[in-house]
Amino acid sequence: MFQSSPMTNQQTDARLTVRRSPSGSLLLEIAGDWLARAGLPGIGPVEQELAASSGAKALEFDTAALGRWNSGLMTFILKCYALCQANKLEFRAETLPAEVAKLIQLSQVVAENKDAARAVTHAPFLQRVGESALGAWAGAQGMLTFIGENVLAFLDLLRGRAQFRWSDTFLVMQECGPQALGIVALINFLVGVILAFVGATELTQFGASIYVADLVGIATVREMGCIMTGIIICGRTGAAFAAQLGTMKVNQEIEAFQTFGISPVEFLVLPRMVALIAMMPLLCLFADLISIAGGFLISTLMLNITPALYLNRTIAAITLGSFLLGIFKGAYFGVLIALTGCLRGIQCGSNAAAVGQATTSAVVTGITAIIASDGVFAVLCNALNL
Amino acid sequence: MDASAKETKIEIRDLTMAYGSFVVMRDINATIKRGEIFIIMGGSGCGKSTLLRLMVGLKEPAQGDIFYDGVPFWKSNDDERQKRLRSFGVAFQGGALWSSMTLAENVSLPLGEYSDLSPAEITDIAHLKLALVGLKGFEDYYPSEISGGMCKRAGLARALALDPEILFFDEPSAGLDPISSRNLDQLILQLRDSLGATFVVVTHELQSIFAIGDNSVFLDTNTRTMRAEGNPRALLQHSTDPYVREFLTRGESVPPQPVPEASTA
Repeated sequence: MFQSSPMTNQQTDARLTVRRSPSGSLLLEIAGDWLARAGLPGIGPVEQELAASSGAKALEFDTAALGRWNSGLMTFILKCYALCQANKLEFRAETLPAEVAKLIQLSQVVAENKDAARAVTHAPFLQRVGESALGAWAGAQGMLTFIGENVLAFLDLLRGRAQFRWSDTFLVMQECGPQALGIVALINFLVGVILAFVGATELTQFGASIYVADLVGIATVREMGCIMTGIIICGRTGAAFAAQLGTMKVNQEIEAFQTFGISPVEFLVLPRMVALIAMMPLLCLFADLISIAGGFLISTLMLNITPALYLNRTIAAITLGSFLLGIFKGAYFGVLIALTGCLRGIQCGSNAAAVGQATTSAVVTGITAIIASDGVFAVLCNALNL
Repeated sequence: MDASAKETKIEIRDLTMAYGSFVVMRDINATIKRGEIFIIMGGSGCGKSTLLRLMVGLKEPAQGDIFYDGVPFWKSNDDERQKRLRSFGVAFQGGALWSSMTLAENVSLPLGEYSDLSPAEITDIAHLKLALVGLKGFEDYYPSEISGGMCKRAGLARALALDPEILFFDEPSAGLDPISSRNLDQLILQLRDSLGATFVVVTHELQSIFAIGDNSVFLDTNTRTMRAEGNPRALLQHSTDPYVREFLTRGESVPPQPVPEASTA
């Protein structure tokens, strides 16, 4: 009688009373509105009553005062059903409203697929160590395979036998070169300014503020120009590569290439690699100039160094070797960015979350590779007195 | 058709497919004749698409091989396999069109890679293939600008680009309305008749199965192997396997004794 009152917004509280019926079975009186929300009566009182009074053979319901109900009631009834099965009680479904009984029956008609339920396994510590070691090994193998494929594809390209499209390459060049000028300029200008400030505060104490030009010049062309550009392009273009190729993987576009016998490495990775190898040195050169301009501005405006003196000092400080080292590192970082971005994209799983992971992983791997290899370069240069 | 229709085009021998140590299907055997439309059917998740991936070289079988014109596919070297791939056309479930290219560019790309045609000739062929699947006028659209059914047809046009001997089609009617689905079936039949190509179609749409299938294999998840093979209409009438009958009749009539029904063709 209450059931057909969905218009009223007022809810009466769900009430559960457990008692023994005259026939000796357990009787659950269910009253009020049983709508799914916090605070519905739980199965606890039934269990307590069952434990307290042994000998009950059946479970019955009295739903005369039941108001509106939905899944909130269903989950409770299902728990009762499970309790009956566990304690070998008779579940008198006929004492429930017909709709409830029908839904209970529907939820029980297909037996639980025991194979499908995922067991929560807690693998022993050693097993987890072994599994992650195997995973790391497989990852390293994948990376080496990918690098090998790229080297082979590059050799094919040099011999003019690769399935390579210059039109794609120019498109990528435009995306990762000219369109990145703004952000590269901003960051490197600020880096130049910061270097000049740091140098100025220390060097003016010794009356050597003119050496700010040396500091900014050398630090920029050897290290900061190529590293900052590498990191910017890794976050900007490397991530874009991973997302593009990852989405193509999800969309089966990469498989479509494979079924035509077109190598995804030659067709998708090589253009990106070539574009970055071509663009990174140019971006580094641009970054060097802008960064030195930042240092120049601070020095001439705040340190009372004349423009001509600053420029002369800069020219004297920067050797061709330092400059070429920076440019070479830029090109090398370009290779790293293209490799990590494309590798993570091609390794991507087949859903949206995997594309996100691929992008994250591309940027993390790329930046790590850039900084780590720059460290190796620094040690090598020191050893070779470059 | 004439005698050439009897020629064996594809032979699947003792094929076992697995993901790692998990065996999806084992002991699959089938013979597909030239010009046939071969249906791979079975319940959801039974490995139909996996079998297709094995047939088009995307996934290596754990055991067994597929023979095209009597030549083993997986046991031959990479170059031969690449060459064989060029006689295939593969239409993916969602089209899998290259999203950065227009429809015409999608169809042109394989032609540009594998033929010595001039750009103008390639464009002509691309437009012809798109016209064949009813996409005349959409040459310069990007895949994101057209509907799912159109993507599917454009994917078919791209699969037709190199005039393939064998056309693989993954779930042609999935996600299409009944009319588009029927039109696609008609298109497949017309293409088979006019091109003489062999078709391998993965589907579980009963109407398509009966409308286009000449031959089929029925994969079963529970036993992890093939359960029946042959012409689907013949299977419907004569199969004594209750599960196959249930599948082919949508579970609506599962008589204890197989009773021949009116053909759905």
